[in-house]
Amino acid sequence: MVTELFPLTLKGAETSRRGKRLVGPVDLSLDGQGLCVVMGPNGSGKTTLLRLMHGTARLTGGSVTWACDTDVARHHQAFVFQRPVVLRRTVEENLTYPLRLRGTSRKVAQVAARDWAERVGLGPHLTRRAMVLSGGEQQKLAIARALITEPALVFLDEPTASLDGRAMREIEAILLRAKADGTRLILSTHDMGQARRIADEVVFILGGTVQETGPAAAFFDGPKTPQARAFLNGDIVE
Amino acid sequence: MGGSAIVDLWEGLRHAFWLVVTFDAALAEIALRSLRVTLSALVIACLIALPLAAMLAVRRFRWRRATIAMLNALMGLPPVVVGLIVYIFLSRSGPLGALGLLFTPTAMIIAQVIIIVPLIASIAHQSLRELWAEYHDLLISMNVTQMQKMRTLLWDARRALLTAALAGFGRGIGEVGAIMIVGGNIDNATRVLTTAIALETGKGQFALALALGFILIALALGVNLMIHWIGQTERDSRW
Repeated sequence: MVTELFPLTLKGAETSRRGKRLVGPVDLSLDGQGLCVVMGPNGSGKTTLLRLMHGTARLTGGSVTWACDTDVARHHQAFVFQRPVVLRRTVEENLTYPLRLRGTSRKVAQVAARDWAERVGLGPHLTRRAMVLSGGEQQKLAIARALITEPALVFLDEPTASLDGRAMREIEAILLRAKADGTRLILSTHDMGQARRIADEVVFILGGTVQETGPAAAFFDGPKTPQARAFLNGDIVE
Repeated sequence: MGGSAIVDLWEGLRHAFWLVVTFDAALAEIALRSLRVTLSALVIACLIALPLAAMLAVRRFRWRRATIAMLNALMGLPPVVVGLIVYIFLSRSGPLGALGLLFTPTAMIIAQVIIIVPLIASIAHQSLRELWAEYHDLLISMNVTQMQKMRTLLWDARRALLTAALAGFGRGIGEVGAIMIVGGNIDNATRVLTTAIALETGKGQFALALALGFILIALALGVNLMIHWIGQTERDSRW
């Protein structure tokens, strides 16, 4: 059964820590189509905005609402971090973990784990300890672990930030397959090339506030704000 | 003087060897009682200390810092004082006197549990806290319950927790002050290796005391090695 999460609506959403506003106020509405890229330079608030949407950053003002109940929405989401977090277990046990948490039987979870390990190219590493995998392999494992529960939406926080070209290409291929299978993806990056390659929709953020949103083609062909234009031109924007 | 000490050591080693080779029945009984008391105390202490350590790692509550500080302070709890307090509680006029536990192995187990719980909990908490820092964002994003967090941490840190348990075992098996008070060092009832060593030393039987000491060390080393082997530590990778 497909749970309808979208539209995701942020109204005056903001988060602050020790009196300092990190992100917001953000007014934004995202529908449930394709791959949305949150773009902006380092420190612009991409990660915090993703966490705010996901519900792991404390909302100190405004609201974040889904088409369904927030708890139901959280249940149908996953989050992939910039630095892959792998459990101190084998690749297979990492993949079965979220399924076992949801009460899936060990056998069914193992079948799904083998399937996903093959899909992301980790089939031969199933019994290896996840900590000994390379950075790219760990990130593929983290993505497979996020996708294995068939979430409606996956947040990815700069998933290829510290990886080489080959690992980046492989991960982008996995994400595009997930998108084709109907998973909504919201990914943050400051890599313009990557955004151009995979984005259907762009949210441009700077200084904690959303400057511009819209279809990727329109954004890259004719950015509306001077900040977005400067960013796309490769100028230093702060 | 120095020569005499070496002779005593050598005599002790020789005596220990013969006690083991001839399978001395009294020694076997004392050694087995030592193991039974300490391993029982260890199991009970782990059942208390490990969930407590996991809870302290993942939950935020008002007295959390104070509890951690208290556990760390209690690691240095003087065993004799523990023995005295347990003695008062279990003595006939004490609140638990009706149970008739004083001068039984159960009383010795209770004393050892009190001594080793803070040690195991503190060491375990250090390991679990580090692992929690590593897992925090992932487990929060997965929306797992507090119980699932604790179980995940305890399982994934199991090899580090083994070290905590072994530290507890080491403290328990070598303990003499508390169990002397609550056990009474009664022959065929509550005498264990450490209290027997104290007794033989008091009697001037240094060779026998040393022999028992060597057997105690061998026992502690043997259990440590066996637990490491069962736990498969130091294999495959860094954990």
